[in-house]
Amino acid sequence: MAKHRGRGIASINYPIGMNLGGDPSQALVHSNPSGKFTVSLSSIDLGQGMKSVTRQICAETLGVPVEDVYVDTADSDTGPHCMGSFASRGTHRVGNAVMAAAKEARGVMMEAAAEELEVNAADLDTDGRGNIHVKGAPHRSISTKDVAIAAQFKQGRTISGRGIFLVPLSEVNPETGEMSPATCYAHACLVAEVEVDDETGEVAMVRMDSAYELGRALNPRLVEQQLVGGAWMGVSHALFETPEPYYPDPAHGPRDFVEYLMPGPGDICPHDIAVLERPAADGPFGAKGPGEMCANPVLPAVANAIFNAVGVRMDELPITPEKVLRAIKAQGGARPQARR
Amino acid sequence: MLELRKDIFADERDDNLKEIGKGTQRQDMLGHVTGTSTYFDDHKLQGMLHLKVLRSPHAHARLRRVDTMEAERSPGVRRIIRGADVPVNLNTLLSLINFGKDDEPSLAVDKVRYKGEPIVAIVADSPREAYEAIAKVRVDYEPLPAVFDVEEALKPGAPVVNDVYPKNTFVYHDVYDHQKLRFGDVERGFAEADHVLEQRYQMSPIEHAPTETNGSIAAPDTNGRYVVYTSTQALFFSLDTCAKILDVPSNTFHFIGGTVGGGFGGKVDTLTEPLAILGAMLTGRPVRYQLGREEEMQFGSPRGAERIYIKDGVMRDGRIVARKIRAYFDSGAYTRLSSYAVVKCVAHLPGPYTIPNVHGDVYCVFTNRTPATAMRGFGVTAMDFALECQMDKLAHLVGMDPMEFRILNAYRDGDMKAHRREAKNTALIECVQVAAEKAKWPLREEVKRMSSRKDGGGSRAAISPTPLEPALQRAAVSQQRTTYDRAPAAAAVQPPPSAPTPPAPPPRPPASSPSHGATRFSSVFGTRRR
Repeated sequence: MAKHRGRGIASINYPIGMNLGGDPSQALVHSNPSGKFTVSLSSIDLGQGMKSVTRQICAETLGVPVEDVYVDTADSDTGPHCMGSFASRGTHRVGNAVMAAAKEARGVMMEAAAEELEVNAADLDTDGRGNIHVKGAPHRSISTKDVAIAAQFKQGRTISGRGIFLVPLSEVNPETGEMSPATCYAHACLVAEVEVDDETGEVAMVRMDSAYELGRALNPRLVEQQLVGGAWMGVSHALFETPEPYYPDPAHGPRDFVEYLMPGPGDICPHDIAVLERPAADGPFGAKGPGEMCANPVLPAVANAIFNAVGVRMDELPITPEKVLRAIKAQGGARPQARR
Repeated sequence: MLELRKDIFADERDDNLKEIGKGTQRQDMLGHVTGTSTYFDDHKLQGMLHLKVLRSPHAHARLRRVDTMEAERSPGVRRIIRGADVPVNLNTLLSLINFGKDDEPSLAVDKVRYKGEPIVAIVADSPREAYEAIAKVRVDYEPLPAVFDVEEALKPGAPVVNDVYPKNTFVYHDVYDHQKLRFGDVERGFAEADHVLEQRYQMSPIEHAPTETNGSIAAPDTNGRYVVYTSTQALFFSLDTCAKILDVPSNTFHFIGGTVGGGFGGKVDTLTEPLAILGAMLTGRPVRYQLGREEEMQFGSPRGAERIYIKDGVMRDGRIVARKIRAYFDSGAYTRLSSYAVVKCVAHLPGPYTIPNVHGDVYCVFTNRTPATAMRGFGVTAMDFALECQMDKLAHLVGMDPMEFRILNAYRDGDMKAHRREAKNTALIECVQVAAEKAKWPLREEVKRMSSRKDGGGSRAAISPTPLEPALQRAAVSQQRTTYDRAPAAAAVQPPPSAPTPPAPPPRPPASSPSHGATRFSSVFGTRRR
């Protein structure tokens, strides 16, 4: 009886946005008379950081500091239509809508600034710190606050913009399945190392190494939060979770977190992550979306690592100690494969 | 620990941006860490009532009689809601985009089709009084044979789960019980292959396990409107679903979401909002309906189970030449979103690899269990598990390193994908190379030099001759209208109902008349190429 270590890998891709498209999102951006901007969305921040990512997109596009932008979400009276926060569509779809709205608002802001500075709007640029200046002549500048005051009280302009992003709906061929499912894809590869106890069938995570390609990491800390959390959801799916432990027999379903098991702090292992950025042609600043795909490679990587450790193929999820132990017994004991 | 590999694909990016790429602290951080972010359940309203539902103890049964006489007299009970009280009791979520037929009642009327299906809703002064009244509802059930296995459900003579789909499968393109993928000739591929490997994979259902269970609070607002605080992941999706079920114009509702205590796909189904609003309409009081933990875990819709069969043909040098897949999505008793996931799964085949012959048949099957729904990686997670376990087995079979095996078969820019679109912006090879580097997994130099941007296209862009089965003729187009097309002009001039009596359900449009909406939204029913 012994503990055996093994490594397994998996590589995947993942489509961004609702399959076939046809899932619009809108955004509104406007400035108050002090040059502070509000983004109005009906979209939902689930904790993944939608507010923060759209805030950065808006600030970058307007050319103002991120502190000057506030994102208001989740109100059907003030926020325009959004299909919803699912299908890894938030960053890509909502981000593009915010970008379009911010571009329109920036256009008005630059026109208002041009009128105040008595120059052509095309000759102006933003410094990202709250000022608009003549290109090549930074001393000829005006603050976005003064522009907003002038626009509101002197010029009678609304510094505001509307944006929508829609990937047109694709048809599906009934006979061949020909279709346009998505405009861009995220990618990942993950190596899982596990330790399998051939006496109890228990599988412990030893470490994970991964590479995720997601267009552009708009906010690397939010990306890290997604990837780390998502990978643990993957481990949990691989080794622990189901509300029907004897599926398709529906009996013995868990009713609470005492009966429905998930990994705890003691199960955590190091996870070393690399992020690659190959910008998507139609992503906001090239971004795709890390949301869903980060969990997916973990499940097969863990199953493949178990094979490498003890020589059994686990083709049914979740890979519980009972299943591992039965499989080891069926093949007459652990058969560690070539160490790699 | 996260490392940004800025050296890779650097020529495709402008990294000199001011806000993008910075790890700026999240806008809502302060509220989250100080516990002041508001959730839907923080809106405790004066005079708020509580709604709970009676759930079926049977997986499949006819409802002979439902007697609520004693429950009505139970202390604290304000209103009992039956299926007949719901203006449009039958709905399917994706009718919003005109996909599928209405097949799921808000409250069961004649039959229950899964254990836990709601039958009667009771609005009472407290949750306890609601539960006590529920215990006094007398239901005369006639248990019916149930089916729990997806392949059993497809056999002749299997119990019919959902009368709207009598063959126990969702219907694609009006005629097929599955979505097909045909690309090249797999049988020829198998004949040429050095090895053929066929395997079966199974994923059980998985619970979203959010910290905050599904719930909402609905309250009468001024001017005949209703404000709804909700944990939904999709505000307008839920709002428009409620407008359809309650048969009122969408601007009757002011939906307010916000902080969500965990979604993962489990808060799209609009499980609580329609009944909470109906409760508020019928009592004139704020009504709260939140699932308990057991309800959330057993009856609140999980990630659906999938059964997958993969047959691959592979050459001794590691090239995969044919891949045939048959998969069954267990939708449970009603469609919800599984029908959509099937098409997404078909689009995902054969994984991120260039394989000249691919054949896929994916089914959305009805069984007598809790309806499944979306979850992180919807339509793809289980298939990726199956595909990547299979890839490991194939590599083992031909004696190749599993990393190099994936790089060899990886799709590259310019390759043709099985859904007949050119691969662009690919990066699988680079991900495998970087992961190998991180894990100190040795790769040969020539494998390290391979690139997603090199050696794609050409013969890899070709579509091999594809034998097709005779196409079944479609009957007359029979989709319903989309919810967005539902007579908006007429509805807009009517004031929202101020009296607590819900309006009678409108006459349904004749099933055979193709509508404006069907033309506009018939996404999966045509062959037009984008």
